[in-house]
Amino acid sequence: MRVSYENKLGSIIFLMVSCLLIVFPLVYEDRNLLIIFTQIFIFAIFAMSYDILLGFTGIISFGHAMFFGIGAYSMSIFMKRFEPEMLYVFLALIVGVFLSAIVSYVVGLLTLRLKTHYYAMLTLALANLFYVGAEKWRSLTEGADGFTFRIPDFLRERVNFYLITLVLMVLVYFALKLFIQSPFGKVLVAIKENEQRTESLGFNILYYKIIASIIAGILASIAGALYAISLRFVNTSVFSIDITLDALLMTIIGGVGTIIGAVIGSGVIEFSHYWLTSLVKLHWIFERWIIFFGILYILTVMFFPKGIVGALTALKRKARHEKKHDQSDKMTG
Amino acid sequence: MTSIIETKNLGISFGNHKAVDQVNFAIDEHQFTSIIGPNGAGKTTLFNLLSGQLKATNGDIFFCGKNITKCSTVERTRLGMGRSFQLTNVFPNLTTLENVRLAVQAQKKIYFQMLKSVFSYKDHSEIAKTILKTTLLVNKDDVLAKNLSHGDKRKLELAMLLALDTKLLLLDEPTAGMSVEDVPAIYEVIERIKEEKTKTILLIEHKMDMIMNLSDRIMVLFNGKLLADGAPKEIIANETVQSAYLGGLYDEYTA
Repeated sequence: MRVSYENKLGSIIFLMVSCLLIVFPLVYEDRNLLIIFTQIFIFAIFAMSYDILLGFTGIISFGHAMFFGIGAYSMSIFMKRFEPEMLYVFLALIVGVFLSAIVSYVVGLLTLRLKTHYYAMLTLALANLFYVGAEKWRSLTEGADGFTFRIPDFLRERVNFYLITLVLMVLVYFALKLFIQSPFGKVLVAIKENEQRTESLGFNILYYKIIASIIAGILASIAGALYAISLRFVNTSVFSIDITLDALLMTIIGGVGTIIGAVIGSGVIEFSHYWLTSLVKLHWIFERWIIFFGILYILTVMFFPKGIVGALTALKRKARHEKKHDQSDKMTG
Repeated sequence: MTSIIETKNLGISFGNHKAVDQVNFAIDEHQFTSIIGPNGAGKTTLFNLLSGQLKATNGDIFFCGKNITKCSTVERTRLGMGRSFQLTNVFPNLTTLENVRLAVQAQKKIYFQMLKSVFSYKDHSEIAKTILKTTLLVNKDDVLAKNLSHGDKRKLELAMLLALDTKLLLLDEPTAGMSVEDVPAIYEVIERIKEEKTKTILLIEHKMDMIMNLSDRIMVLFNGKLLADGAPKEIIANETVQSAYLGGLYDEYTA
């Protein structure tokens, strides 16, 4: 019961902050900040999808960018080839979701044969295959140069798009929250904890891994499509390892295995990215902001291996424990 | 009368080494059978064959008259064979209750429900709590499994097995690595299960004195072969068994 209470508290805070964020564009007009928030929401969806694999099922994937890229390219190509209308936006989303569902199904099947870092290496290679494919298939993708495209007027309005991504993020958050609290989600955690034991309880772990992989792939594809819309431009970088590393960094800094952690991680990373690049005027080193992320990453792994949320929960548990002890001391004393 | 589990010429070899060799036995329902034998006799390997962790190189296994030699671990569990492990094998970062609840969920055959919270399955937690009571793990509901003492982990292992509610229980050294004081508690749990007379139990154990009173039947495994099979009293009186434990037979078998 205590666990559910803690979960509720997190969700309530999340909901309150989301409500504040809905009002935000109405009271404070700052185009830059609006764009940053939109980025945060998109990457929060992406990081949450990655957390299903890393945090809940215990699958380490270095190729999550491939689903992100599939979504981004589906959207961009549709917008470029057809009219920039809402109908095609939905069609592009469906195509992207469909394609990444198929790819993630195949990739998920491979977890049968490969475990841990071997699987990670394989996904890395597969994502790179997509990267090279996008580079070479110039007639469709225009390679590393990429292409710009027009989007429906409704989405051109920054506030509209901001609200859409925000609502989507909130929906994904609560859907995943329910998902991990469900009997299915509990089995995923069991697989992460002890695969062999889960199997001997009579759960067929391959199905679980494949379904988790498909859900993560679909969500990543949606995030990719939104990302493409936000930039109105696409190039091969959506398939690059950097995208996967972003998701990895966000989930680890926020707290692996907590949905809210992925959202917080996305916020921290995007904001610090923005802040660090704005410091370029002070010193040229800030142009290489990625160095700081490297340091941040090392520090997190060393001192907060469970991320921000994990560290907070541990602190709270400790406080409660001490309180309990005090009480029992009083009772005996 | 059909037996609940039966093996015919069951064997497995790793290279030239025959870890389990031509083992034949049949166990009746609700019987309590113990398997004893020195280290390396192939007891755990035999269990791995029965529960499907290893595939037999020759011979067949029948469960309730059905040939299950080719069935996977998952299928065997669903048919009604549950096993515990010699090395503690639980979900370390989940609470005690959650560990058992997962087993209950498996028993209730709720596999792919993903749109409903587990908190809406109140009966699952209730069953899990009752089982924790049977296995003497009261008040340890929200302790993470990794923080339990070794003895409690072994009890949890048993609790998860009970939650599966299988007809056949394969218990692999439930008291392995436990301090002497903790052993009786485990046997108290096993005795309770036995008294319910609803389960067939197959137990691996080193400690002879513990199993003598409990077992209806004892099988002695030595160098992968079934050396003796009978009531506890017969086994004690059996000379080959005694020399096997003293090491006298060792040369004869390996030479």
